[in-house]
Amino acid sequence: MTQAAKQVRSFRLNGRAHDVLVADNVLLLDTLREALGLTGTKRGCDGGECGACTVLIDGTPRLACLTRTQECDGHSVETIEGLAENGRMSRLQRAFHERLGTQCGYCTPGMVMTAEGLLRRNPDPTEAEIRAALAGNICRCTGYVKIIEAVEDAARGAP
Amino acid sequence: MELLPPFHVATPATIAAAVAARQRQATGRFIAGGTDLMVNLRHGLGDPAALIDLRGIPELQHVTAGPDGLVIGAAVTLAELAEHPAVTSRYPAIAAAATAVGAPAHRAAGTVGGNLCLDTRCIFYNRSAWWREANGFCLKYKGDTCHVAPTGKRCHAAFSGDLAPALLVHAAEIDIAGPDGVRRQPLAALYAEDGAAHVRLAAGEFLVRVVVPADPWPAAYAKARARGAIDFPLAGVAVALRRRGSDVDGLRVALTGTNARPFLLEGTDGLLGTPVSPAWLDRLGRLVQKQVSPMRTTLLAAQYRRRVAAALAQRLAATLGGADAVGHAA
Ligand SMILES: Cc1cc2nc3c(=O)[nH]c(=O)nc-3n(C[C@H](O)[C@H](O)[C@H](O)COP(=O)(O)OP(=O)(O)OC[C@H]3O[C@@H](n4cnc5c(N)ncnc54)[C@H](O)[C@@H]3O)c2cc1C
Ligand code: SF4
Ligand code: FES
Ligand code: FES
Repeated sequence: MTQAAKQVRSFRLNGRAHDVLVADNVLLLDTLREALGLTGTKRGCDGGECGACTVLIDGTPRLACLTRTQECDGHSVETIEGLAENGRMSRLQRAFHERLGTQCGYCTPGMVMTAEGLLRRNPDPTEAEIRAALAGNICRCTGYVKIIEAVEDAARGAP
Repeated sequence: MELLPPFHVATPATIAAAVAARQRQATGRFIAGGTDLMVNLRHGLGDPAALIDLRGIPELQHVTAGPDGLVIGAAVTLAELAEHPAVTSRYPAIAAAATAVGAPAHRAAGTVGGNLCLDTRCIFYNRSAWWREANGFCLKYKGDTCHVAPTGKRCHAAFSGDLAPALLVHAAEIDIAGPDGVRRQPLAALYAEDGAAHVRLAAGEFLVRVVVPADPWPAAYAKARARGAIDFPLAGVAVALRRRGSDVDGLRVALTGTNARPFLLEGTDGLLGTPVSPAWLDRLGRLVQKQVSPMRTTLLAAQYRRRVAAALAQRLAATLGGADAVGHAA
């Protein structure tokens, strides 16, 4: 790495207070994956194009590959690891599973976090709203139809 | 991708502190949402010792609408701008342009100032460091030849921000902060037709706010892009058109994605005083085709961008010009 000076940055991560010692030029994606071992957040394009690294910052979907850890100081960060409760998948995660919204699974954490951000803001989205929300999440397996159905199911309360 | 250079980040809370922070750092760069600059830094495009994050400065943070028009802080995010009730109700072209940027996560982070000062783009520039090095770099950064126009002396990388044309057709002005205080100027004067130096700001200067006059003319924005879901404009066009009766009484057309700068089409005065007709649309299309200068900086052919720019201008003008003309547009 580089010799940039490190500082303690404090943020809430999946609901719990965290302090990390990082230099200003370290990306949130690297802090999550390398320093904290939370490898659910995926490194896809690594350049803002694919959405695989999407996490929620203060409840809004953001790209961890373009966000510095330093920027998260004082904010709340949520990753895919924070959705399950007591070992049970969330309704949205279950919907992806039931509806076959995931194939190779690489885009899935980003898709789920983007959809989670949407459903918190808009619990009953139209198909067009789901498509617009997921516009920045690229999937090379599913063809998207099953992903959209999964989000619709989660919104409707099924399965 | 490469590691980021070893910069540190300053987070000034006042305009004066931001100017001072920049003056202390010869190689410093201002940053806001980072959705453009972080990508470029990871490609080895730039090696700043410091980033000066402008988002903590209160003057840059708000949108207000009043009798003097719409005032947009430079650190307002595109998502905030696109959803602001005064913008969606009175300035639909600005809302449409903001919504046309990237995907929701880019608009949640990306700001108005960052969008207006976006770096220019080219298939020989937006590449990894090793790719560019293997190609001998290029005129815009670290090299001495332009691979798009090898005999030329300047860079033709295209300005590809969506917001600028929508602001230009509303005759927007900007406030620029710098070592000598804050000055106001037309947004159009911010830009130069040089892909390697398209933003005319001196060291230490940055955008504070955009001021859009009240009582806007009816206006619209449209862009052509390779992927409908998320992509920079291959060509983007804003049209503001005011009518008196059926005659066109005011017309401004602005373009992005085709040149090194976003710009207002010249010669639109010649289209005033008559209704929008098929012949009128032909003249508008020719005017656009003549003034845009797309080069081979995108994967799609330059000629396509020239023609689609004209077609978009015609389509928007036809709609704004009245139902009669719709259907005749190219
Ligand atoms: C996959 C992808 C797709 C994209 N699609 C589009 C698109 O379709 N349309 C589009 O327009 N953009 C697009 N973008 C680019 C970018 O997301 C937006 O343009 C965004 O608005 C940039 O704003 P920012 O705050 O993130 O800029 P930053 O990256 O923070 O800054 C960009 C530049 O502006 C300068 N700057 C920032 N603020 C100021 C200021 N107040 N005064 C002076 N200089 C300043 C910085 O120094 C830097 O040079 C895309 C980006 C990605 C990664
Ligand atoms: S237009 Fe030429 S100089 Fe400019 S970025 Fe492309 S190759 Fe480089
Ligand atoms: S890894 Fe962040 S957008 Fe692709
Ligand atoms: S499931 Fe494989 S990329 Fe989406």
